[in-house]
Amino acid sequence: MTDQASELPLGVTVKKVSHNSGSLSRLIRSTAFRRAIVLIGLAVIWQIGAVWFAKPLLLPSFTQTAAAFWDALLHEDLARSATASLGVLLKGYALAIAIGLVLVSVASANAFLREALLTLTAMFNPLPAIALLPLAMLWFGLGETSLIFVLVHSVLWPFALATFSGFQSVPETHRLVGRNYGLTGARYVALILIPSASPSIISGLKIGWAFAWRTLIAAELVFGVSASKGGLGWFIFRNRNELFTDKVFAGLATVIIIGLVVEFGLFRVLEAATVRRWGMQR
Amino acid sequence: MTVENAAPPPRPNIALEAIHLTLDYRTDNGTVLAVENIDFRIHRSERLVLLGPSGCGKSSILKAVAGFIAPSSGRILVNGSDIAGPGPDRIVVFQEFDQLLPWKSVRDNVAFPLIVARGHSKAEARDAADTALVKVGLERALDAFPHTLSGGMKQRAAIARALAARPDVLLMDEPFAALDALTRSNLQKDLLQLADELKFTLLFVTHSIEEAILIGTKLHLLSAHPGRTVATFDTSAFGLDDIGSNDFQATIKDVGGYLNSSPAEAAA
Repeated sequence: MTDQASELPLGVTVKKVSHNSGSLSRLIRSTAFRRAIVLIGLAVIWQIGAVWFAKPLLLPSFTQTAAAFWDALLHEDLARSATASLGVLLKGYALAIAIGLVLVSVASANAFLREALLTLTAMFNPLPAIALLPLAMLWFGLGETSLIFVLVHSVLWPFALATFSGFQSVPETHRLVGRNYGLTGARYVALILIPSASPSIISGLKIGWAFAWRTLIAAELVFGVSASKGGLGWFIFRNRNELFTDKVFAGLATVIIIGLVVEFGLFRVLEAATVRRWGMQR
Repeated sequence: MTVENAAPPPRPNIALEAIHLTLDYRTDNGTVLAVENIDFRIHRSERLVLLGPSGCGKSSILKAVAGFIAPSSGRILVNGSDIAGPGPDRIVVFQEFDQLLPWKSVRDNVAFPLIVARGHSKAEARDAADTALVKVGLERALDAFPHTLSGGMKQRAAIARALAARPDVLLMDEPFAALDALTRSNLQKDLLQLADELKFTLLFVTHSIEEAILIGTKLHLLSAHPGRTVATFDTSAFGLDDIGSNDFQATIKDVGGYLNSSPAEAAA
């Protein structure tokens, strides 16, 4: 039970910090506090640098960007652009994850398909998704389908690679336990391989998410989501053309904020509820 | 090999039978004979121990009985019928601590085979899991995740999981080998008490002579490279109170004599 004892106080401390901010030393030790200090520090450096540089057309300050962000949120289509981008992103991401899981599951059952997956991954993983955009536009026209095509390409291969290596490193004992209970095929994959490979799968999800964001914003800089509703990349591109540099920064800040929220609000929570709770990842 | 085709007459009291069992494994230089022509029988509620130095193929035999590897010749019968691959009628307790699935609580680990292999409902399976875990003394760790348990507790949970599934034959592959001496001795005693209570049929693999005599009602001694039967012993007379008795010590010496071609490993 000594292991358990060393696990418990950690969780207890974290909990107490968020509820009891009266104690200063505890506050300083909390991750959220340190993270906030880092963010505030970056904002202060930005502000000082921009004021000293004094060319808001090239480098708007933090406060100018914040004001532009607020203005764009209230009076312009920043929120709609962000939602449009996120919508397309989620479609492409979910599709890529589903395809990836199926591909890797099938590949784990058959040596030929395994070789096929590894070859495809080796071929397509280094190929930047954005390089496929001209081809996608030729095939699918200017619109959501082209974006989803490049999104799937950007997420699928790194995710498949991470998941496949996770499947490969499933301990022999887990495999034998599953086979011992007569598990085969899809049930074996779903009940043994996927949970056992969950640390790699989650890391694949994170890598895939970052790749998807990059690809989408880059692709949207070329054209919007569709003629009627542009995404965040399109928002940035339009404002740059009109030299609203503060709005460009507001658009970039939106990309960053969504990235931070997903990383800390979604993936960290997912990890805490799964692989960390299970002791499969520190 | 005409014997292979002859159907054995029904012998309802035999839980597990290996007939002319030969196993080999493939290496880059061809096939290597691991186990040659082994025969054994386990009647219901008997505990057969396969004992031998490392390299005698005792674990391979257990893996073949579990259905993880196919014999190159010979037959394995459970309740009179040939086995076809792995199945929950032969549940294995492994030596490795990571046999508990880390993403499931201790209770859900024990309930897992009942749900996936025995078709129990979740509620039924959890009740059965709680009962089994209380039997092995883990009533306070039901909701714990495996990584918070000590090695001994993990092996207890694995034994509970195997017992709850009510296999026809329980297979144990050196389950106590990675434990410290005190924990090992406690688990040996508890396993024997459970055997008295539940009368399960056991195939147990070990390289420890003392453990073999203590746990087994029958011993099957194997030589190494390839594994061949050296001798068999009836050790049903020895129970928990006999450790250290003259008879017990004499039997250790006897068995050791058969294994002394590799004394270091046999004595470990």
